[in-house]
Amino acid sequence: MENTTKRYWRGLEELRNDPEFVKNSHREFADASDITDGGGTYRRDFLKMLGFGVAAVSLAACEAPVKKVIPYLNKPVDVEPGVANYYASSFVDGGEYCSVLVKTREGRPIFIEGNPLSGISQGGVGTRVHASVLSLYDNEKLKEPHKGGKKTEWETLDKEVAAALAKSQNIRLVTGTVLSPTTKAVIEAFKAKYPSTVHVSYDPASAYGLTQVHGGQLPAFDFSKAKVIVSLDADFLGTWISPDEFAKQWAAGRKVSSGKGGNRQMSRHYDFSSIMSLTASNADYRGRLKPSQLGLVASTLLKLIGGSASTADVKVEFLEKAAKDLKAAAPGSTLVVSGSNDANVQAVVAEINKLLGNYGTTIAGTANYKQGNDDAFNTFATELKAGKVDAVIFYGANPVYNSPRGKEIAEALPNVKLSVSFADRAEETASLCQYIAPDSHFLESWGDAEPKPGYFSIIQPTISTIFNTRQAQSSLLTWAGQNGDFYEFLKKNWAATILKTNSKEAWNKAVYDGVFEPAKGTTPAAPSTTYDLLTALGKVSGTYRANSDKLEFIAYEKVGMGTGSQANNPWLQEFPDPISKACWDNYATLSQKTAEKLNVKQNDVVKLEIAGKEAIELPVLIQPGQVNDTVGVAIGYGRTKAGKAADGVGKNVFPWINATGADITVTPTGSTYKWGIAQTQTHNTVMARESVVQETVLAKYQENAQAGRFFPKVATSEGAKAPNDITLWNGHKKNNHSWGMVIDLNLCTGCGACVVACQSENNVPVVGRKEVVMRREMHWIRIDRYYSSVQPKEDESVFQELKTLELASENPEVVFQPMMCQHCSNAPCETVCPVLATTHSNEGLNQMTYNRCIGTRYCANNCPYKVRRFNWFKYFDEDQFPYHFNNDLGKMVINPEVTVRSRGVMEKCSFCVQRIQAGKLSAKRERRSLYANEVKAACSASCATGAIVFGDMNNPESDIFKILADEKEGRAFTMLEEINVLPQVNYLTKIRNKDEADAQAIHKGGHEKPKKEAHKHEKEHA
Amino acid sequence: MIKRALSYFLWAATAIVLTIWSSTSSFAQDSAKGEKLFTQNCASCHNVGEQKLIGPGLKGVDTRHDEAWLIKWIKNPAGMVASGDEAAVKLYDQFKPTMMTAFGSMSDDDIKSILAYIKEKNAAPEPTTGPTGGGGGQAVAAAAGDQSSGFFSVVLVALLVVMILMLAALLGILGVLNRLSSVDPNSPEAEKIPFFARLKENAGKLGNSPAFRTGALLLFVLLAGKATLDGMYGIGIHQGYAPKQPIAFSHKLHAGEYKIDCNYCHTGVNKGKQANIPSANICMNCHNSVKASSPEIQKIYRAIEKDQPIEWIRVHNLPDLAYFNHSQHVNVGGLQCQQCHGEVQTMEVIEQRSTLTMGWCIDCHRKTNVNSKDNKYYDKLVELHASKGVKEMKVADIGGLECSKCHY
Repeated sequence: MENTTKRYWRGLEELRNDPEFVKNSHREFADASDITDGGGTYRRDFLKMLGFGVAAVSLAACEAPVKKVIPYLNKPVDVEPGVANYYASSFVDGGEYCSVLVKTREGRPIFIEGNPLSGISQGGVGTRVHASVLSLYDNEKLKEPHKGGKKTEWETLDKEVAAALAKSQNIRLVTGTVLSPTTKAVIEAFKAKYPSTVHVSYDPASAYGLTQVHGGQLPAFDFSKAKVIVSLDADFLGTWISPDEFAKQWAAGRKVSSGKGGNRQMSRHYDFSSIMSLTASNADYRGRLKPSQLGLVASTLLKLIGGSASTADVKVEFLEKAAKDLKAAAPGSTLVVSGSNDANVQAVVAEINKLLGNYGTTIAGTANYKQGNDDAFNTFATELKAGKVDAVIFYGANPVYNSPRGKEIAEALPNVKLSVSFADRAEETASLCQYIAPDSHFLESWGDAEPKPGYFSIIQPTISTIFNTRQAQSSLLTWAGQNGDFYEFLKKNWAATILKTNSKEAWNKAVYDGVFEPAKGTTPAAPSTTYDLLTALGKVSGTYRANSDKLEFIAYEKVGMGTGSQANNPWLQEFPDPISKACWDNYATLSQKTAEKLNVKQNDVVKLEIAGKEAIELPVLIQPGQVNDTVGVAIGYGRTKAGKAADGVGKNVFPWINATGADITVTPTGSTYKWGIAQTQTHNTVMARESVVQETVLAKYQENAQAGRFFPKVATSEGAKAPNDITLWNGHKKNNHSWGMVIDLNLCTGCGACVVACQSENNVPVVGRKEVVMRREMHWIRIDRYYSSVQPKEDESVFQELKTLELASENPEVVFQPMMCQHCSNAPCETVCPVLATTHSNEGLNQMTYNRCIGTRYCANNCPYKVRRFNWFKYFDEDQFPYHFNNDLGKMVINPEVTVRSRGVMEKCSFCVQRIQAGKLSAKRERRSLYANEVKAACSASCATGAIVFGDMNNPESDIFKILADEKEGRAFTMLEEINVLPQVNYLTKIRNKDEADAQAIHKGGHEKPKKEAHKHEKEHA
Repeated sequence: MIKRALSYFLWAATAIVLTIWSSTSSFAQDSAKGEKLFTQNCASCHNVGEQKLIGPGLKGVDTRHDEAWLIKWIKNPAGMVASGDEAAVKLYDQFKPTMMTAFGSMSDDDIKSILAYIKEKNAAPEPTTGPTGGGGGQAVAAAAGDQSSGFFSVVLVALLVVMILMLAALLGILGVLNRLSSVDPNSPEAEKIPFFARLKENAGKLGNSPAFRTGALLLFVLLAGKATLDGMYGIGIHQGYAPKQPIAFSHKLHAGEYKIDCNYCHTGVNKGKQANIPSANICMNCHNSVKASSPEIQKIYRAIEKDQPIEWIRVHNLPDLAYFNHSQHVNVGGLQCQQCHGEVQTMEVIEQRSTLTMGWCIDCHRKTNVNSKDNKYYDKLVELHASKGVKEMKVADIGGLECSKCHY
């Protein structure tokens, strides 16, 4: 990094050197007076509180409160209080799927881990999957069935609904994607009783275009086999179809090792996209396109690889290079994907893959993640509006909110004779229905899933129903006049159609494993394709424009929020978006140049208008890397009836979801967004220090494993020395265990699953938008997102500052760096604590003792990595934080092994010390030494790509020991080596698979230092 | 000096007693695996002699059934009854509805050693059994601990007495000096003034003396300060806390007289964090038939009928910020329950014997050797420690005093 002309910046504030940024970067804690709502404390109040406090303390001291201990009346055999049980289950939300292990304590689920037995998710867990355990304890769910907005009994509801169904002629069952084969059998049973039933399914984030060209089936992709990956606006690492699965496959082709005989080959990843997505930021080469160009970009690519098309050519940076690489690669070793929902574009892409021989290799078999049929859904909406539907049942569907025709459906629903929803709350659609038969949460239900043909998965309950809810399947069976016991139905269906045996052992094994995958290990045949290329090309030619200077709209999906089904989950609301680092909002993203053109600034509220649609007002967020003349808005926000955490956060753009590429007008309203958008990235700065991110390109890495590394030297009277050679510290001995972490920057996609995993494991509180704006977020692990761009010559930048800014943010490269307590062996925080609340253990941990901390905050000020968090409030107790921590039900998610921190104490990553202690104890109980990779931190366990590896660096059998042995003389570096704090966390340099020629522009001749840097070093050496 | 010598003697004596006890008990353990297994698993329902408890007395059991049958029966009694085994059905009919607990995890060798123990026991004349959970030896240790704190009190009282004596002496001297300075003692006036008047006058003078006032104030402040500090240190310490429980359960009866193993009811003690208060179904294992008419036992029946768990009052409370795991101490460390809980087997009402303060924890971690025998986890630590040339490896030596061992 030192020998480049690259400049790294985390936000435009830093690039511009805004006064606000400079002011705050020198201060660990923001000026709290900024946005407090006046008030303050008065003398009399203070005295009253003091008096009350003294009285309370003396009363409390008189006699300790009597605590009760209530044992089981009849203890279940397999539940031992204080010992966690794990149950295999599956997370399913529409077409989203993950095989999981649910950790329960005393019968309540508290954490979700990945199930390594699954051939699909393979132990990875995404953000929403982790957060789903909190959705179980959502206090705003319905507590019993409802009729016309009032409570009712199940018997009444069953009787009335069955009677109304018997009278109905045109029954519609509207669902999202149904992954469960047994639920489909239930629907068939329902249809048999009510033959007029039509099952309509739709996906809020639809992939109908893709399924249309594959005979109504979603093709299955395998990114691990692709040497060249080209994505045409498909955010497959972040949000597209099955991102965690794809990320795992993608990582398989990107893993390099500096050890002897280690792999030094990587797949090459091209991305052509409009907004800065997770996939765009991880690509080796990225070209920008406007949504109105997408179809023509696909057809141009088709022509470039040798196909024929009579469409207009589009010039996009790196497109020709991508085509060259695709052609050069062996047949069947590439993959081109597109996120477009236009069947014509998908037909062109399918043709490209066919020409490249990818069907049968990187595109093999089918998947069930998206079964929505947009045409059928449109027909349904039209029929509903025309009054042709007698009865409608919604299951896992909230079309009033998350479909483009929500408004029409909302208007038509009150006129339908019978409307029933299985929603867990009176949300936008359910509140308009006559009956709500609340479905149980997946952690309370039996069920199954078949994400891909031949890959079956079980859902088993891990807690009995918290409220008086009932599984939708049971309700449907009851109304169909059958026995409502879905468990029996499920067992029978599995015995008959899946396990194909009545053996109890087979069923028990499937439940125990969570998965039953007869297709695992087989290579499925290529999916069939059904399209007419010429028609498709003709339509592409008609729809798309080679060039457009109009302002265009883009609807996109955020990694954390997805389609907004779990919007009332405060963990997801406070999860900073991997790219924009904004939480608690959606916003209109603009490029710097477009913002200049429109004369708007960050946080200005603008009015967005598309012809024929209702206008919305949103604040502006300036997004580096976004293509000029576009406005991006995320779906999943703007809920109105989801609950306290979700309602009123952002605006709903589902009505506009099909308008991507449409012309849009943006008018400033003149007002500024109150408090501004809560963005976390420029919080907790690491100041102007070097050697934070270290990266190189593949060609250089192949020559020298240490390429891109920075070796700081400190000037002494005896010449330059390595920082560790002149240490003042005595250091700590770590004889037995030495816990550490290795983070491969090359594998980290920045998805942020670790952030929510950590929040769930360590009882990290949610603080709300206002507190985040005040820089008081509490996450123990954050993912630093650095943009980098070639630094212009110094003299130029002085005169053309604005120009520089535009250039720098046009298409920056991105690096993600997970950052948590580095557990320094020479920890600066430990030396400044006046009360010894933070100390060092002989296993390499930097221990934080909450009950000893008096809140001086010296440690946070002295931390070079800015990873310490201060509890400004009692987040679990005060009314201004109305999130899950503040009600009895929400508190059930708390991990009893970790202290809930009180006001006024510091906290930070503990390396999941509770897991370390538990691992050691189970080894001791079994009279054995620890297994090599027995202990995993929550973040490392959740990482789908295996970028974070945790373990004992003293154990030669452990993964971390092996990686470090390979990389010690290679890619491994510690952050800010020059200050010699000796972290227990090692990072591995990021390698971009770029040609050296392209890298030249960045590396500028390798050793030539920029003027300023060189000067600084001369001074040091002097 | 005599006291100190005495205390050394006491300590030494305790140590000797402890060593002898621990060596004998470890020797005894090896020879009587069957006895241990019997007390842990069987004794709550079976008498080793002829007497019938919940189940039959086991004297002569080896002549009533053959060994293979017994092994099968002990591992899965319900299965045998269900399979229609004649002897099993007969036995069940005799004791129904109580069904013997299955011990599926017990090895054949375990069962054989139990049978051997029963045989040996009935052949031998009435022997003396060791106390449950090794209470005796630990009681000595606890007594020794009391002794040291008692010694400290004695010293304190002695110091206080000395100080009071000195104060009296000083006051006397002051009085004499005062008298010397104000009145010529030899003058006739001095003789005339009555003693009480003189005392009054002197006391008044003393009260006016700034030195005395300051001294008295200082003394008062110091004493008050000490009392306050002592009081504050005592906040949250509930040593001796013995609340009345909803059911008058007697540990003295169950653990002391009937010698039921602690593990039988406190099932979590070897497995997890909590030792667990037994659930009502554990009580019912015996009280299904034993003393069923007692009003206290009736309370359990009522709880089961009403489906309402029994709300016991928690005696041992650690603050939430401290992590404590029973299995670490009992299973891994091999400590006896009595070490922390006192002689539970003599308590009619359970009470908190130890202070449960951090100082108390740390103290023990400093003194206690790590139970590293036959535990591979500690091999590396033992090796490392041995290389330093120190023989004993205390808990404190391997990080037992580090904050994050208990606080996270």
